[in-house]
Amino acid sequence: MLLVPCPNCGPRNASDLRYVGEAGPRPDPNTATEAEWRSYLYIEDNPAGLLRETWYCRAGCRRYFVAERDTTSNEFVNSPLPGNKIGGKA
Amino acid sequence: MTANRLPAQPGEYIDRSKPISFTWNGEPIQGFEGDTIASALTANGVRVVARSMKYHRPRGYLTNDFWDPNSFVQVGDDPNVRSAHRLAEANMAVEAQNVWPSLERDIRAANGLVSRFLTAGFYYKTFIKPQRLWPAYAKVLSTFAPGGTVDLDTPHRYHDKRYAHPDVVVAGGGPAGMAAALAAADEGASVMLVEHGHQLGGHLLWGDVNDRMLADELRSRVESHDGIEVLLDSTVTGRYDDNWTAIVQRSHPIAVERLIKARAKMLVVAAGLIERPYVFAGNDKPGVMTSGAVRRFVNMYAARPGTRAVVFTSNDDGDAAAEDLARVGIELARVVDARTGGNIVAAKGGAKSVEGVELADGSTVDCDLLVTAVGWTAPTSLLNMSGDRPVYDELAARFFPSRDIDTVLTTGGMAGDGSHEELVAHATATGRLAAGRAAVTTHRLQAATARAAAVSGAEPAWPSDDRSALPRHPQRELFRSTTHGIVDYSEDVGSKDLVAAAKEGYDSVELLKRYTTATMGPSQGKLETVNTVAVLAEARGETIEEVGTTVWRPPYAPITLGALGGRVFEPVRVSSIQPWHEANGVTTILAGQWIRPEHYGDPAAEVRNTRENVGITDVTPLGKLDLQGPDVPKLLSQLYTNKWMKLGVGNVRYGIMCAEDGVVLDDGVTGRLGDEHYLMTTTSSGAGAIWEWAENWLQTEHPEWQVHVTPVTTGFTSINVAGPKSRELVSRLVDDVDLSPEAFAYMQVRTGTVAGVPNCFMWRIGFTGELSFELHVPSGHGLHVWESLLEAGADLGVKAFGLEAQRIMRLEKGHFIVGQDTDGLTKAPSTGMGALIKLDKDDFAGKPELEWALQDQSLPHVVAIQTTDPRIVPEEASQIVRAGTNEILGRITSSRMSPTLNRSICLGQVAPEVAAAGSELTVVLTTGERITARVMEHHAHFDPEGERLRG
Repeated sequence: MLLVPCPNCGPRNASDLRYVGEAGPRPDPNTATEAEWRSYLYIEDNPAGLLRETWYCRAGCRRYFVAERDTTSNEFVNSPLPGNKIGGKA
Repeated sequence: MTANRLPAQPGEYIDRSKPISFTWNGEPIQGFEGDTIASALTANGVRVVARSMKYHRPRGYLTNDFWDPNSFVQVGDDPNVRSAHRLAEANMAVEAQNVWPSLERDIRAANGLVSRFLTAGFYYKTFIKPQRLWPAYAKVLSTFAPGGTVDLDTPHRYHDKRYAHPDVVVAGGGPAGMAAALAAADEGASVMLVEHGHQLGGHLLWGDVNDRMLADELRSRVESHDGIEVLLDSTVTGRYDDNWTAIVQRSHPIAVERLIKARAKMLVVAAGLIERPYVFAGNDKPGVMTSGAVRRFVNMYAARPGTRAVVFTSNDDGDAAAEDLARVGIELARVVDARTGGNIVAAKGGAKSVEGVELADGSTVDCDLLVTAVGWTAPTSLLNMSGDRPVYDELAARFFPSRDIDTVLTTGGMAGDGSHEELVAHATATGRLAAGRAAVTTHRLQAATARAAAVSGAEPAWPSDDRSALPRHPQRELFRSTTHGIVDYSEDVGSKDLVAAAKEGYDSVELLKRYTTATMGPSQGKLETVNTVAVLAEARGETIEEVGTTVWRPPYAPITLGALGGRVFEPVRVSSIQPWHEANGVTTILAGQWIRPEHYGDPAAEVRNTRENVGITDVTPLGKLDLQGPDVPKLLSQLYTNKWMKLGVGNVRYGIMCAEDGVVLDDGVTGRLGDEHYLMTTTSSGAGAIWEWAENWLQTEHPEWQVHVTPVTTGFTSINVAGPKSRELVSRLVDDVDLSPEAFAYMQVRTGTVAGVPNCFMWRIGFTGELSFELHVPSGHGLHVWESLLEAGADLGVKAFGLEAQRIMRLEKGHFIVGQDTDGLTKAPSTGMGALIKLDKDDFAGKPELEWALQDQSLPHVVAIQTTDPRIVPEEASQIVRAGTNEILGRITSSRMSPTLNRSICLGQVAPEVAAAGSELTVVLTTGERITARVMEHHAHFDPEGERLRG
């Protein structure tokens, strides 16, 4: 099981967190086309390499945060403190 | 009976002062404490212990250890017990399994006579057609399946689970594992030393006096070291991301089996080597054994495995086996030395015992014990699971790790050979390296948790691996003789089968494995993988390296389902009223984490009493979120589809929440308690998710909003008081709130004192359709208020009602339940609540999808349905079809017999073309019978105008 580096709680078992999804901006709900909105809902980049993704520390500090993970090695390279505006997908 | 028990051996592990007896197929067996079942049986002269899986050939012990493929027995109600591993206990009832009618006379051995028809792929080829007969085939074939008997009445026994955070996990308690553990612990690391067998010592246990001295010395140091936790009869069975290791602990004082999930900062793999069987004609006759098997029988258990032996040796261990046999007086008929060109060709004799062996020089030697020592298999499973792909070395005729992994180190036989001194030195360096790297990881973990604890000092340097490599001893590549024999004993797959399969085109090792099932039995490749690869390489005319191996996956050793299920750490929740429920004949129902009252004997009577008089029900699991701050209305507007900016203090509003895809997520009411204070209610099952959902919006999209969300679901006991006499009842317990319909109207909320308990919230809402008051009482006083209501309302006929009565009444009122009447595709307009979707709001969750959904004429509708025959209640999920066809137009989502209307009532989802009031529907019952039903005008079957509710 992955150890996920929560910026508040430190590294914790992935089962302590909820994986929210790839991080990305939420389109403007008043101007988004169907294609843009559905891409936001369903389409993931799924790169082999660095990926920014949102986690929720549900059994710890209960903060949403973005972490950067290398999908080829499962190594986390960056998980800044929460507070930055990030994707609102759940 | 124990004629085959040898005189006391210097390294024996049996306690001759403690004799025990047990039965084998009903016959008495004498043994000693410390015996395995196998050693006791062997000391009692038992040679045939099992029948093979496919051909039912008699089998005896082959490797005499955990992996022995022929060792499976039934012990009492415990099937598939590994008899060469399980210790004998007094009064055990041990029986052969997979035999019929008996081990001695197994009539399915006739399979062997037709073995040329039972070749690889036999089942695939034979039973494929006609397909309709497959159930019949399966029935017959299942009687041929191997394995013991499961007793379905076996009492449930305790299995345990444990979480551990050691610095270093050492897999393997042989000399290398012990030395590595000691070195790591000496450096201050906390070490978990995991040994597969019942004693520490590994291969030293069945060795000579020098081996035993080293084992004793290391063992006594390990046992007296505070930094090492020793787990015996335990296996590191899996390694996952970030050294998450699964350890199965078979011997535990109170649990049948325990699963330990250990997050190891470092994993040291010292799993040793497994002796490989040799492939030749007759190699599965009882009496053919590996050198390790006979040395364990003789040296550890003083059990005589035969009387006249031929030893086929290619290494020191084979030589040592010959010496051990000679020492205890077993006649050595011949030692055949592969290093000088000797070879064995075929084991001769009847099915039940080897009687002689044909040598490559043409001679035949009589014997009842044939010992082979042809080399080793490195059980690299944990390395494979760590991402390594071990490589084959022809010189040593086995696989070695291909690369270094930062957090996984290898030592012992898997890393190389060498003298005791060399092995211990390598392992000691490995242990020290592991401790050094674990210290760095510890520092990094602390630094990453900087908010919780300050980190002391600078990060230590990452220790580089400067261990000198262990030497590799030459070992002749001996896999198969000039004849064909069994490769996979568990699955009864022979080298001839493998060659034939390769000729048929299954010549990739992964395909070959699946086609022939070689390596797929209980030994899981520990004994047979390399021989399989070698036979395939020969058939393809290639090298082992070119053919490659199959990938070893977890588990390394089997885990019982009990241990995997193990202890459940998830708590159950009950309300403060639970003691009253239990004292009053409740039938409970498990709903999520909650144990809820389903009914108290007669839900229909509970409904009637509530509709006629007054009822009270415990709705504590109802989700409750306390919202405070100036921006709460903005949050509510974002979450709900309707408008919230102008909700007055003391008022309550209903709303639906949708996800960003427009699908209904939850529904409920929110009331405004004060200027900047709101209380949101969610469905019972949605309480947790909606809290996270609200936090998601606050933390990610609108961090500028000032709102504090506090879940208070369990802080309050919630009681719904419903029925025409509910106002009268509540007024008897409340003095400080005016309950008159004018002062406290439907969809309002008040704060007051109930039965002397201050700070209770009172809501005029209700799911039941009756005049009702929902009371949220600080949970410590919940039971008091409940009992006060029952006491105060005795003359009004107040009675408790459960979840079932509540569900009937809500169905009578046509209220849908999110997740029952809606599903993962139901968008808000389908619920008939389109009017609550306010597209003129700037933003809310799911807005674009809902805008499109409102224009979409193809969405299904949630509608109320009544059957033509009022007595028929279609089961929930019954399909609604187009008359005369099987075309599905919808389904029944809720159905009950209504005690109020005395007829069947339903909610369902139907296609728009049949959603209009009065549409006739065809419902297919679970019996297959078709009935007719009608779509109703209103969702509510009862009091559609809501007059009772507003009273």
